[in-house]
Amino acid sequence: MNTPSNAVPEFSSHSQPVAPAAVSPARVMYWSVRRELWENRSIYIVPLIAAGIFLLAHLISVVFLRRHADTAWRPGSAQAGDAFATHYEIAAALIMGTALIVGIFYSLDALYGERRDRSVLFWKSLPVSDLTTVLSKLTVPFIILPLLSFAITVATQFIMLLLSSALLLGSGVNLSALWTGASFFHVSLVLLYHLLTVHGLWYAPIYGWLLLVSAWAPRAPFLWAFMPPFVICGLEKIAFNTTHCLDLLKYRLSGPNAPEPQGPGMDYMAHLIPQHFFTQPGLWTGMLVAAIFVALAVRLRRYQGPI
Amino acid sequence: MASVIEAHHLRKVYGTTVALDGIDLHVEEGRILGLIGPNGAGKTTALNAILGLIPYEGQLKVLGRDPWKERDELMRDVSFIADVAVLPRWLRVSQALDYVEGVHPRFDRAKAEGFLSKTTIQRGSRVRELSKGMVAQLHLALIMAIDARLLVLDEPTLGLDILYRKQFYDSLLNDYFDGRRTIIVSTHQVEELQHILTDLMFIDRGRIVLSCSMEECESRYMEVMVRPEQVAAARALRPISERQVLGRNILLFDHADRQQLAALGDVRTPGIADLFVAVIGNHASGSVGAAK
Repeated sequence: MNTPSNAVPEFSSHSQPVAPAAVSPARVMYWSVRRELWENRSIYIVPLIAAGIFLLAHLISVVFLRRHADTAWRPGSAQAGDAFATHYEIAAALIMGTALIVGIFYSLDALYGERRDRSVLFWKSLPVSDLTTVLSKLTVPFIILPLLSFAITVATQFIMLLLSSALLLGSGVNLSALWTGASFFHVSLVLLYHLLTVHGLWYAPIYGWLLLVSAWAPRAPFLWAFMPPFVICGLEKIAFNTTHCLDLLKYRLSGPNAPEPQGPGMDYMAHLIPQHFFTQPGLWTGMLVAAIFVALAVRLRRYQGPI
Repeated sequence: MASVIEAHHLRKVYGTTVALDGIDLHVEEGRILGLIGPNGAGKTTALNAILGLIPYEGQLKVLGRDPWKERDELMRDVSFIADVAVLPRWLRVSQALDYVEGVHPRFDRAKAEGFLSKTTIQRGSRVRELSKGMVAQLHLALIMAIDARLLVLDEPTLGLDILYRKQFYDSLLNDYFDGRRTIIVSTHQVEELQHILTDLMFIDRGRIVLSCSMEECESRYMEVMVRPEQVAAARALRPISERQVLGRNILLFDHADRQQLAALGDVRTPGIADLFVAVIGNHASGSVGAAK
């Protein structure tokens, strides 16, 4: 991999730089992302802790359920299945919410932390472009956290099912309802789709904004990220008595318009029609705004030194 | 000889402060240049411009590239230690090796492992667990394992004790420098550097005050410990500085006749530190006088 040093001609002209020995961009990207995971172990530890706490709570509820199985739950009742379906949703929501919070704090610190601890001087001494660095940092909330929370959620739900089945075996609770009512595959598919589209694509401008603030803020990136939207919304309300800014924020934070649920027996698969999502203009303007924020963050990283 | 750095009217202004006042710089391959100046003289600014860390005015080519526009490409051939203790505190030694091996095309892992095996640094340690001297050793091991053409060191030994400082420069000279690489080092601890430099550059308030090779310096500047009865005669030869050590007067001359000086006392080559104090001191008082 290394050019033998004596192979370089003794009299090399300054007008012809040494032919660059290349490392493929994919390899640089791979190591940059791994670097992020080394530094921020909270990316996977925090969602795992959330999953662990959830499993513990679930275990307690199942033990309770078993004790009262004779009185509270009649054999074959659908109530147990309903309770479990609720638990799945809570598990998914808990892990997704945790991952979202991790993503926000990660993005805010991503380009600020390296300036604060001066390590940016080390990273910049290596042949890694600012674009690669910023994109590798964007990868974490944009791709890694959604996929990770999907994997952890599915694993948690599976463990939950196994645990409950083992504990409730012979208690009279209808176990088959657990497995069929859960429709494991459908739920997982909807979850993955939701994570990739909403947490990845729809929230992209939010991550872009956080990275931009992180690249720019002289101190307190958290304040710089959250104060301007509040101030602008407040000023708008006072000056014009309108709420466009607030509506815009709500629109972005609440996620894209989902198709109306059709009663309790709604078809999960209806969520999965990409047409509903990809035809929303909000998605594309969001992506454009995210691209602008990220481009600005790349440019800023070039100018910013340690603070 | 191929030129490694070519700067023309290099200028950098921060707000109203002129950090670099249009300097010209020409560094050839195979030199070890010491960049010496008081705090705030513009040393770090000059080095940062060379490394593509800050934008600048004027022309600057490093290994034929524009550092500001092509920093990442340039960093394949240029290594730098910008400051002591810039390695992130969470990084493990093994991770540092993995990462640099992963992203740097000219990194020789075996070499870095070899340097590290001479130290007491454990592979599993995090940077925060290492002493300041060990962090410097680790950083140097990483940098020396990169087959770069230009190495820039900005105050690389600040805050290290004398043993580490000596070891640092010894390994740099013995295990890294091969006569074809170029090294630029800025430091305050000039005495320890004296014997490894080939070129010397004094910089003060954004301007180059003195630039010469060590041989030129040695033939140009002479220091005489003057016998008491001949002090007046020596002063008549217009020394650039005079100081007293243990009651003896030591006068420093620029471009003087060695024979003539030998008649006044013991002639020797001045240390860089004394030369620095004399030249920078004169530069400061000279410009104050000019301002009046």
